[in-house]
Amino acid sequence: MAHFFLHTLIGQVILTVLEALAVLVPLLLGVAYLTLAERKVMAAMQLRKGPNVNGPFGVLQAFADAIKMITKETVIPAGANRVLFLFAPFLTFSLAMVAWAVIPTNNGWAVANINVGILYLLAISSLGVYGILIAGWASNSKYAFLGGLRSAAQMVSYEVSIGLVIVSVLLAVGSLNLNDIVLAQRHVWFCLPMFPMFIVFFISALAETNRAPFDLPEGESELVAGFFVEYSALAFGLFFLGEYANMFLMSGMVSILFLGGWLPPVGIVPFTWIPGPLWLIAKILFCLFVFIWVRATFPRYRYDQLMRLGWKVFLPFSLVWMVLTAGFLLATGLLPQGGAS
Amino acid sequence: MGHLDRTVRSFLLAELVAGMGATLRAFFKPKATINYPYEKGPLSPRFRGEHALRRYPNGEERCIACKLCEATCPAEAITIESEPRDDGSRRTTRYDIDMTKCIYCGLCEEACPVDAIVEGPNYEFATETREELMYNKDKLLANGDRWESVLARRLELDAPYR
Amino acid sequence: MTQIVFYVFATVLVLSAGMVVSARNPVHSVLFLILAFFNAAGLFLVAGAEFLAMILVIVYVGAVAVLFLFVVMMLDVRFTQMREGLQRYAPFGAAVGGVLFAELALAFGHWRIAENIADVPHLVPSPGRTNTAALGDVLYTHYVFPFEACGIVLLVAMIGAIVLTLRERPMGRRQNIDRQHERTAAASVEMMALPLGQGVTELGGFRRPDKSYYVASVPGSYGVTAEAVPQAAPAGDDRHGGLGQ
Repeated sequence: MAHFFLHTLIGQVILTVLEALAVLVPLLLGVAYLTLAERKVMAAMQLRKGPNVNGPFGVLQAFADAIKMITKETVIPAGANRVLFLFAPFLTFSLAMVAWAVIPTNNGWAVANINVGILYLLAISSLGVYGILIAGWASNSKYAFLGGLRSAAQMVSYEVSIGLVIVSVLLAVGSLNLNDIVLAQRHVWFCLPMFPMFIVFFISALAETNRAPFDLPEGESELVAGFFVEYSALAFGLFFLGEYANMFLMSGMVSILFLGGWLPPVGIVPFTWIPGPLWLIAKILFCLFVFIWVRATFPRYRYDQLMRLGWKVFLPFSLVWMVLTAGFLLATGLLPQGGAS
Repeated sequence: MGHLDRTVRSFLLAELVAGMGATLRAFFKPKATINYPYEKGPLSPRFRGEHALRRYPNGEERCIACKLCEATCPAEAITIESEPRDDGSRRTTRYDIDMTKCIYCGLCEEACPVDAIVEGPNYEFATETREELMYNKDKLLANGDRWESVLARRLELDAPYR
Repeated sequence: MTQIVFYVFATVLVLSAGMVVSARNPVHSVLFLILAFFNAAGLFLVAGAEFLAMILVIVYVGAVAVLFLFVVMMLDVRFTQMREGLQRYAPFGAAVGGVLFAELALAFGHWRIAENIADVPHLVPSPGRTNTAALGDVLYTHYVFPFEACGIVLLVAMIGAIVLTLRERPMGRRQNIDRQHERTAAASVEMMALPLGQGVTELGGFRRPDKSYYVASVPGSYGVTAEAVPQAAPAGDDRHGGLGQ
């Protein structure tokens, strides 16, 4: 049996598919429940109760929404570019899924443990803008188009500071492999020594996923619904799932880069009894809670304020911090001698 | 606040943290929502809901067809036609309220000299068709019969302030 | 197996590159260009250069092509107009293309790799190192000067673009966030205790205790300079009866 899976081609393919399913099925369930969690948490913060009719505490609400979306009619606007119009939500959704291939859930547990894992994540997250841009253009609607343009400018701007933050982390790790990045945090999680970078990364992640207070691409007060004005039914559902899956992905990146991935807070007995994947899930859930918490708290940025924050605050700040990190590591001799792995 | 103080505060994101603290406190507070179809909020005796035409305790309808309500209705939702009844008293032959026009201002209720037309506490009278909202005299009298005890109590409670 | 993968990527790369120049809609052209970038990245992966593949995707697909797409989507290209000059310019274009093709053929015909490449010590691949590390070793040691020079060229280009597009609009007002943060309630609104029956006008009207309102409207100051307060109205006349004007 083991021989079949490890040493024959078809066995390896089946094994990879099974591994992917083991990641994706919980992820999709998580996304379904994240929509419910968001409604519940936001409701609680606004002194409401949130959905509580479908099933106990509304736990079946996610499925009710899914059934509603699937059974509705997909409307394609008359002037739309049909192929690209339908391609965009699939792109957004599938990109949010393929990124999970490199996320390690325990020491060495990843579908693909590649050497340039963090670059792969950065590449995938930078591709997310295409789904939105294509959707905005293919809808043949001015609101959708403006939303797409805003999103493109916003995501490109904040990727710069995300890149610099990641470089600061990599300086301290000496490897691009996500497994190595987590293992480098055995003694102290990077969110403590690099606390400002942790905050900058988290805020940039909000901008990267188009979440409040940076949800200008879908700013309903001026753009109706932004890039997905024209979407309905399943295509809308895919966009929705893609956005929430991206939130999961960004939370995963925050957990791995700054919160020690699958590692327990301290390596002593009661904490080490809990298996690694559960720690990772707990950290991801915490990040997602903060995502929702931020959405319930802050009003939306104005567009020029968004650009100012990205280019005139985060970019110089993360650049200076990167230089400081490099200087500190070099001066104290802590700079890891990378490349040997 | 000095300049240094402000700079430190802005770098520590003091205002953002304070805002998030406010929402987190609200997160643990008891919720204001009531479980609507099963729980309902309290209603004032002056609440203006669905209309009803009342009767005297002996079963005689109160309305004397003075048409003050028709005249005062700002939405022109009320239509009244009248002629003398066999016993010589003036009565309505038609008393219609178009509930889709009505703005629930309560002026008809205030204009009525005999407390015949009143707005009751019922606000759950949604219908499936528009036509069902064109109330006629029978419907209004039926409403009055159904809600009479409540309506009388409400008028009694509100009487000191009229 | 590797060969099959190579030919798949290579075929799609060549086809999409062809579509870039032959697609009628410029937005489709850019999308095919992105597909071409992807397949180039795939070829890098097949060659074992995973770092270059990822950088290609991040830089070209994630940033450069986004801006291409951004610009092309905003342009209002009329296809009939583009076709009009085809007859006239076709011979010229063909001539340029022919010259380029001839030069490329010449270059490939005489392509050879230096025989002594294995003797150059820093170009010899060291086993056990990831190609990311190997690339960094070469780039930051032996080729640090060209690398830095490239950076300076790009910096000059960037500053040039900013200088060319920067428009001074002296009449514009601009938000000065620091000044807004420094402003307090006491500096903006005057609170008055009014006796019963008397209005603000009888007490001399509201005063704007701070000149901040006028500062923002100084031409060319962008609301930054706090000193330049124009005394358009005579002193003492900045009291407004009732609501401010």
